[in-house]
Amino acid sequence: MTDTLKDLKKIKDFSIEVKKNILEMAFIAGASSSHFGGALSVVEIISLLFSHKMKIDKSDPNWVDRDRFILSKGHACLAYYAALCAVGYLTKDQLKTFEKDDSDLLGHPVINRKLGIDFSNGSLGMGLSLAIGVAVALKKNKKENNIFVILGDGECNEGSVWEAAMAAPNLNLKNLYAIIDNNNFQQTGSNKEIMNTESLSQKWSSFGWETIEVDGHDIEKLYKVFEEDKKSSKPKAIIAKTIKGKGFSFSENNNDWHHAVLSKTLYEQGKIELSKL
Amino acid sequence: MVINERNIKIWSTIGSRATFGIAALELAKEIDNLMVLTCDVSTSAGLDRYRKTYPDKYLDLGIAEQNLIGVAAGLSSEGFNVVTTTFAPFQTIRCCEQIKVNIGYMKQKICMVGIASGLALGNLGFTHCCIEDIGILRTIPGMTIISPSDSLETVKALEASVNSNKSIYIRLTGSSNNPIVNGVDYKFEIGKSIQLREGKDITIFSAGAMVYNCLEAAKKLNEKNISCSVINMHTIKPIDKEAIKKACDENKIIVSVEEHNVIGGLGSAIAEYKATLSNPPKQLIIGVDDFYSKGGSYKFLQEKHGLSSDKIVDNILQNLK
Repeated sequence: MTDTLKDLKKIKDFSIEVKKNILEMAFIAGASSSHFGGALSVVEIISLLFSHKMKIDKSDPNWVDRDRFILSKGHACLAYYAALCAVGYLTKDQLKTFEKDDSDLLGHPVINRKLGIDFSNGSLGMGLSLAIGVAVALKKNKKENNIFVILGDGECNEGSVWEAAMAAPNLNLKNLYAIIDNNNFQQTGSNKEIMNTESLSQKWSSFGWETIEVDGHDIEKLYKVFEEDKKSSKPKAIIAKTIKGKGFSFSENNNDWHHAVLSKTLYEQGKIELSKL
Repeated sequence: MVINERNIKIWSTIGSRATFGIAALELAKEIDNLMVLTCDVSTSAGLDRYRKTYPDKYLDLGIAEQNLIGVAAGLSSEGFNVVTTTFAPFQTIRCCEQIKVNIGYMKQKICMVGIASGLALGNLGFTHCCIEDIGILRTIPGMTIISPSDSLETVKALEASVNSNKSIYIRLTGSSNNPIVNGVDYKFEIGKSIQLREGKDITIFSAGAMVYNCLEAAKKLNEKNISCSVINMHTIKPIDKEAIKKACDENKIIVSVEEHNVIGGLGSAIAEYKATLSNPPKQLIIGVDDFYSKGGSYKFLQEKHGLSSDKIVDNILQNLK
């Protein structure tokens, strides 16, 4: 097996583990519901980052030379926590505290460097600005680390996203990656129905970003996008074409799963579907 | 910073904003990891020399205050000592939720400097005045709020803030020819008020440029045989409870004077603590009485909102009847 194939298998295996963790946490959340759909649309992206692309130390989530990750669409934290568990920063028992009283793992990430959570997110439109601050700091400290931010396409309704989008190319932040989860839905409907965000690539490109469109669930294609040698001084915007609720037959492209309760029946069905991967 | 009579006079003449720029320039000499971030206001904030002298310690993010706070928090998270500045309404209200999440909730340490707060920009209208900033920021847990009484105190507050591990909002009031409250060097401690005048009948608490007006008012009241203490409550959060307690124990009336809405500011902060005391005295809260007036010069607006020394005197006399 070539190195690439080994990498791809590692990412694939990691993504299956992430999906399993997501299913467990969504069930544990019970009646308090969870943001199931928007977490599933970023599984492959987050898996590629945490199992392959990002420079991290599995024994030290707060390693000073780590690459930085910001989940700007903080409601997708099921995928984040699932990945942190797959890396080894969280235990399965900790995942069981999801959204429970006094938990470190709420329905939006809360900064906790010991657990590998670098920032609090949840209020949309704030992550990219944080990432710019981190990127500027790393540049000043002459560190080569990358900063990866995942935003939602619905999140791109927020004006603050575009303040940050305008600033980053001005600052020549070549180590900054904004990955836009373009699943075409937001809370109460499709982007088209609520606020049309079409031509995202053109928008980011016109703001001065090196923009790439890719199937956000195709691990091989994602892998290639991130492997390409980036000599450009521009920050990178990766428009990931995704499917909300991807991975389970009952949730794919079904916006009822934006924030919903996973019943025992569907939990069991989900386990069966995962066992076939 | 060299603090002497000459510099105190110069800083008073140029006002608190320009003095802030000079203070930042001095601090950058000593603090390697200092970063000053602005939103296209380097001239207004007296930072033009700073910008040229320390381009590596300066970042202009354009007219985008929400991004300003996020970028500041990102830099802070990587160990930089960050100062942000723009006009007070844009520094505080425009980006209020970013302040809540990044500075409050996430506890990233940043020093924010709101320039031309209060009524100083009255000719430009109430888009540019700021009578709400204290009230809004006071509700964010962990936030310290300082309102320097003059230009020298601006220097001292900035120095104390960048050397503090707390997130601090410095509210700059007054215009050029900012009256001198502190004519000689003195000890400035965040959270510890300063008694500027001793009296036995009334205690007047104030902050920012209104402290000078209160000192003038106290002199005028003294001529009418009313003896006033004047306290410079430069730190509004955390409020100096000890000073309030002492005034409440000793006076039948206490007064607060502020260049801010009477809701949410210094008067409210004092009243909140006073309410916990047994048999506290009456409190007269002088400030903008919860309305947007027509604009005008700084002097006009101080008169209009009862903040000139004469108006303060009249108000106190009315309440003593």
